[in-house]
Amino acid sequence: MAKRIDIGGLTAYYGSHKAIEDISMTVEPRSVTAFIGPSGCGKSTFLRTLNRMHEVTPGGRVEGKVLLDDENLYGPGVDPVTVRRTVGMVFQRPNPFPTMSIFDNVAAGLRLNGSYRKNQLAEIVEKSLRGANLWNEVKDRLNKPGSGLSGGQQQRLCIARAIAVEPQVLLMDEPCSALDPISTLAIEDLIGELKERFTIVIVTHNMQQAARVSDRTAFFNLSAVGKPGRLIEIDETERIFSNPSVQATEDYISGRFG
Amino acid sequence: MASTTPVDIPPAPPAPRQRPKSAGRAGDKVFLGLSRGSGILLLVIMASIAVFLSYRAALALADNEGNFFTTFDWNPAGDPPVFGIAVLLFGTVISSIIAMAIAVPIAVGIALFISHYAPRRLASPLAYVVDLLAAVPSIIYGIWGALVLVPYLEGLNLWLDQFFGWTYLFEKTEVGVARSLFTVGILLAIMILPIVTSVSREVFLQVPKMNEEAALALGATRWEVIRLSVLPFGRSGVISASMLGLGRALGETMAVATVLSPSFLISFHVLNPGGGTFAQNIAAKFDEADQFGRDALIASGLVLFVLTLLVNGAARLIIARRKEYSGANA
Repeated sequence: MAKRIDIGGLTAYYGSHKAIEDISMTVEPRSVTAFIGPSGCGKSTFLRTLNRMHEVTPGGRVEGKVLLDDENLYGPGVDPVTVRRTVGMVFQRPNPFPTMSIFDNVAAGLRLNGSYRKNQLAEIVEKSLRGANLWNEVKDRLNKPGSGLSGGQQQRLCIARAIAVEPQVLLMDEPCSALDPISTLAIEDLIGELKERFTIVIVTHNMQQAARVSDRTAFFNLSAVGKPGRLIEIDETERIFSNPSVQATEDYISGRFG
Repeated sequence: MASTTPVDIPPAPPAPRQRPKSAGRAGDKVFLGLSRGSGILLLVIMASIAVFLSYRAALALADNEGNFFTTFDWNPAGDPPVFGIAVLLFGTVISSIIAMAIAVPIAVGIALFISHYAPRRLASPLAYVVDLLAAVPSIIYGIWGALVLVPYLEGLNLWLDQFFGWTYLFEKTEVGVARSLFTVGILLAIMILPIVTSVSREVFLQVPKMNEEAALALGATRWEVIRLSVLPFGRSGVISASMLGLGRALGETMAVATVLSPSFLISFHVLNPGGGTFAQNIAAKFDEADQFGRDALIASGLVLFVLTLLVNGAARLIIARRKEYSGANA
């Protein structure tokens, strides 16, 4: 179910402001790729171009191409709604649908995609919640609202919701930044399991996290405030954190700036 | 915080420090008094209205020879005096229900269009125009209703009678101009449209962006985003907006009095002319009534007062029951 992503010459704008410029990279299937870099370097913006969420922001537009196994997400006639059904996303703050029960939250994406029989739906919901390591905690209260869970549980609920529709790719935008260390650990363990099935891209401010969970790491930077963010380098995580090929990466990682 | 303990205050600046502090406390006291006073004043006003209505109503009801709730007549000046609110209650409720049935879906539609569909350049003028509807005095609506709406609705009434007459509701059994409860309902719908629209719009605009993005990221279309995140979030807001509108529809006086040709009959043929509402009846009869007649009208006003209280109470109950799901704790 996992696909490779090839990004070529991607530039994204907010109105007339260029947020990121000319980014090209390849994201390997069944692996975790981490995006790191200082605030404002456009790593979140870049992540949001990968499932066409960037253009939801007023004034947001994108140039370049994103190939998902040779299919251009920005090709003519490609419906962004279809793209988002293949490329799932988990956000910075847990955002379960507050009015829905835990069960309905997980089933929400399935119900959008088509009709399922009741027992079929229950099966997928259970599988997704197990996949998100949440099943044992919520199996007795599937009909309670998702907003009653703790922050970490809510985030795992959001992951369950995202993987329920079996996406090709899972994008995670700082998924642990609103969570305590224990919940963060639970999510990180989960990411390690999920990469067996999905292509995962994660934006993180926490460099230890990038080092812990990712196979490859991309470092983004911007030359000055107001200038567009650029990809500085992407390499094996081990290499980025031990012996990066660009000086700026080493400076950032060793805490000399950012 | 630490500097409020006297030990921490250095010897030089105590004078300038103490003055704002004591002034602040005096200000606090004044403000507390004012706000507490306002709160108490509100209760006093409500209580005195209730007492006044109850007292005068009791005077009238003591001498009423008819049953106040089931009598189809309003003749407090007669001998013996007979008056009842059955027709008024029926007319008030039916015309308000018609108004709600027409206004709420349209208002939610307009509110969604303004908040989620319209380009920004169009959205704010449109919102302004809707708010302008609220600024039109109700007597103007009444005149417009009587001069324009009534003649124009005759065609619609014939059509409804022809194709939906089998529903009983839309069967027109009496010939006559459209001075009916249905016409009143349409007029009331227009009048409550702005309040329902603008409150709903405000609620829809407050839907957290992350809720909408949650739906978008699952591959929801624009309508599905609205169904998954906007409408559930706005639900209790729309209910309270509707109740505000209902409150206005129940109590609306001049527009109804101008359009309706009153009669003391209860009929579910809403297209037939006739019927009455509490407010319309009071407005029509108050001037020519004697002391006892006015007390009788006040008795009907008390019922309207209680009805409005019940409606608001019900609205609050609905909202409170949904609180766990309201998204306030998300």
